[in-house]
Amino acid sequence: MKIIVCVKQVPDTSGKVAVNPDGTLNRASMQTITNPDDMNAVEAALKLKDATGCKVMVVTMGPPPAAGMLRELMAMGADEGVLVSAREFGGSDTYATSQILAAAISTIGVEEDDIVMCGRQAIDGDTAQVGPQIAEKLHLPQVTYAADIQKDGNTITVKRMLEDGYMTIKVKTPCLITCIKELNNPRYMSIDGIYATYNKPLETFDYEKLKDHPLIDATTIGLKGSPTNIFKSFTPPQKGAGKMLEGAGKETCEELASILAAKHII
Amino acid sequence: MSNFNSADIAAFKDVWVFCEQREGKLMPTDFELISKGRDLADELGVNLCGLLLGGEGIESAAKELGGYGADKVLVCEHPLLAVYNTDAYAKVICDVIEDLKPEAFLIGATNIGRDLGPRCAARLHTGLCADCTHLDVDVANYIQFLRESSTLDVDSQKWDMEDRNLKMTRPAFGGHLMATIICPRFRPCMATVRPGVMKKNAFDQAKADACEIVKPAFELSESDLNTEVVEVVKAAKKLVDLIGADYIVSVGRGISKDVEGGIKLAEELADVLGGVVGGSRATIDSGWLSADHQVGQTGKTVHPKVYIALGISGAIQHKAGMQDSECIIAVNKNDTAPIFEIADYGICGDLFKVTPMLIEAIKAAKAAK
Amino acid sequence: MDFNLSREHQLVRKMMAEFTENEVKPIAAETDKTSQYPRENIEKLFDLGVMGMCVPKEYGGAGADPLASAICIEELSKQCASTGDIVATHNGLCCDPIITHGTEAQKAKYLPMLTKGHKVGAFCLTESDAGSDAAKGQTEAKLDGDHYVLNGSKIFITNGYVADVFVVFAMTDKTKGTRGISAFIVESSFPGFSVGKHEEKMGLHGSPTAEIVFTDCIVPKENLLGQEGKGFKIAMQTLDGGRIGIAAQALGIAEGAMEEAMAYTKGRVQFGKPISKFQNTQFTFADMAMRSEAGRLLTYQAAVLKGEGKRFTKEAAMAKLFCSEHAMQTTTKALQMFGGYGYTKDYPLERMMRDAKITEIYEGTSEIQRVVISGNIGL
Repeated sequence: MKIIVCVKQVPDTSGKVAVNPDGTLNRASMQTITNPDDMNAVEAALKLKDATGCKVMVVTMGPPPAAGMLRELMAMGADEGVLVSAREFGGSDTYATSQILAAAISTIGVEEDDIVMCGRQAIDGDTAQVGPQIAEKLHLPQVTYAADIQKDGNTITVKRMLEDGYMTIKVKTPCLITCIKELNNPRYMSIDGIYATYNKPLETFDYEKLKDHPLIDATTIGLKGSPTNIFKSFTPPQKGAGKMLEGAGKETCEELASILAAKHII
Repeated sequence: MSNFNSADIAAFKDVWVFCEQREGKLMPTDFELISKGRDLADELGVNLCGLLLGGEGIESAAKELGGYGADKVLVCEHPLLAVYNTDAYAKVICDVIEDLKPEAFLIGATNIGRDLGPRCAARLHTGLCADCTHLDVDVANYIQFLRESSTLDVDSQKWDMEDRNLKMTRPAFGGHLMATIICPRFRPCMATVRPGVMKKNAFDQAKADACEIVKPAFELSESDLNTEVVEVVKAAKKLVDLIGADYIVSVGRGISKDVEGGIKLAEELADVLGGVVGGSRATIDSGWLSADHQVGQTGKTVHPKVYIALGISGAIQHKAGMQDSECIIAVNKNDTAPIFEIADYGICGDLFKVTPMLIEAIKAAKAAK
Repeated sequence: MDFNLSREHQLVRKMMAEFTENEVKPIAAETDKTSQYPRENIEKLFDLGVMGMCVPKEYGGAGADPLASAICIEELSKQCASTGDIVATHNGLCCDPIITHGTEAQKAKYLPMLTKGHKVGAFCLTESDAGSDAAKGQTEAKLDGDHYVLNGSKIFITNGYVADVFVVFAMTDKTKGTRGISAFIVESSFPGFSVGKHEEKMGLHGSPTAEIVFTDCIVPKENLLGQEGKGFKIAMQTLDGGRIGIAAQALGIAEGAMEEAMAYTKGRVQFGKPISKFQNTQFTFADMAMRSEAGRLLTYQAAVLKGEGKRFTKEAAMAKLFCSEHAMQTTTKALQMFGGYGYTKDYPLERMMRDAKITEIYEGTSEIQRVVISGNIGL
């Protein structure tokens, strides 16, 4: 049994975000982090590893520096890493990305008792599309928004969150599960893990490695193979400053209440 | 469906809206999307169809969609469709789409819609834009939208006024950036649309009565399902309906010195206004409020009549979820807090001192009316 | 000469910084206020392999080097110097002498306890009349058949009332002065071992400091650490290494105080602009940053020398002296930038300042460091 976890290195949007004059994001100025939901997926996989001794593989598509993120995840306890990286893959939208990741995962091989895990969504695009699209391309059943995962033999029971409650879903392996932050608290790297990580296998899947896979051709990968294109990108305007009221006492509050009443807001 | 080719754009027509139901009841998002879909269908000069999947008898819910603008509703009834199941829904929807070929397909970006949309788009080999907050076909409308909502210099750009692509606009990078996405080479062009963003039309009974119900052919059996829904549980606790609220009083990190007291004050103020309590991400991450209270990029997008921010600094992620509120009032100790940049009225002071006085003042003002 | 941290050291820093931000920072003020030993976090640090990280792999550690340990202590101390102190004492003053001087049997018994076994370690040298002058110790150890009998008491023992394993120094021959001191490994469960007074301190409230009392305490003969009469040398060697930990702790305190002050001065507006925009503020930060860099280089140099098995006595003393004075100076100046707020417990600066003071005192006062340095520069 093994668990393949798809992860993405993303700019840390919680900090200061720099935008270039042309409206695109100044990625160079931003810190990168492992996408938060993906960390929950890694933790879920590592918990199953703790319980069953299964193998955990982390897979990412990105530029060569993303290998550093894989080393961190292996320092948390993942056993192997695969970096999917090629110029030909650049500019992919979610459809093309899932096409490539599905090809990489099927090259690794999905066996009867394997699980593929993803974060629900990445904080740069917030699309939540790549997980389900990989599942479709690999013909795997999917369960998204997992807040609890229990494994009993080949049956996985997932608590799948809805806005107003949850569903309990049973699915058999192999399957794909997308994880949310309610699922767990990701562990830290350990000192032992850090000293072991650079001795663990990390393979790069480049275009040569994947090009003969049936899912890979020029019409399905990269910018040209992406069904969607960016038509415009822009920054939203800041709303103008309003009125700062004088003071912070009773009179100020009464003034505010009377303004609201006069405008029929209350 | 051997003759289906998503690249054969000319073969596709009509705007469809996936109408999600839970326990046989339509979701508020359905009416929002039907209302928006009506505009788009009019701009394209085509029909607007609802697509409603459910168990036996779901047809009875269909006509209501007409009241918000649907010309017809495609109803797929089957016991296996009563409760949402990815495999069953994806199969039926993709089969019907392959048969009837809509050019645009909108889905509410609920937890279900965002499970279903990408699965269908991957199967149909078409593009899907996630969690859209604005949709246009007509270029003139789109330019007007950019004038109001962007810093772009639209006049210096060249526009193809005949462009009929669906222009799907959505926030990215935590709301720091907006992107308009098109899907020029494949159909249907798909979008999931953020709940609570599109404005619902007024209900029109005559239109509801005139709405046509169509029952397309489809096949579905147990063997198509790879997952089993064991149970569906409604959250026991009362959920906060932030999206529908006219008045929201939100708290932030500023309540940290007395979390319970701060929340209690917010509740009192919300009660006086007839509203609900929300919170910034910090309050949810700290476990002070449950996740359904969260306003912001990773929480809910709200546009109440009045949004009162108590002790919220106004990080961009938070602003993304509330800056379109009609009136924003901010109380914060720090006079340089970014929340004041978007607030209509700001009070620089300690929320624990200001809020009780504000409650009294609003009570008095309401009583005087 | 390569001033870059290795990729492992970079990961160690990142991991410890994340842990400090998420686990240590939120409870640091409460730990100080209630003088609570941060037990849960120390348990987590055992789980993560930080406690006893330099212990070789075959004994349950990670085989990390002294630099990695220093980085951990530095990061922890940015938010909580008490936590940094507990780790520094455990790693530097208990695990280290057992790794260096222990017999195979001692290492096989105690090092796994001090790592995977989650047992905390401590170091007992100081006595009421023997501080800087360790040779004046009164605690005695008398050989009686297959065991030693210890009598006496030790004060200011870090981890005192939480530790299970103690490296203890006692006189086996009072007539020989420093050559009469021997080192022992003592377990808290040994008969005649007891914990005395818990100290109430100015700072480092989360670090459990206590008196340790030996009353006819029975210590098996095989728990003699090193040879009889070689205890003083073991103590001095251990303290050399320990000073790297205190240097790292002091450096962390200084860096933490500076980070807090930077954030505060950027947000605090007076006379129409953030006070970070005043040149007076900026120059103060420039000096702080420069001294932190210098202190870091001194500390890391000493750690690397120790890791390479080279002499590092002088370098460790310089690092400890420089960083502890830097910590005191920086916390004082950073507190000043907060004005009245800095003097309140709403902000962490007053705690940082109280915590910083001890770094000029323990594991060799600043005066002793000057003695060590001047003794090692060819005077």
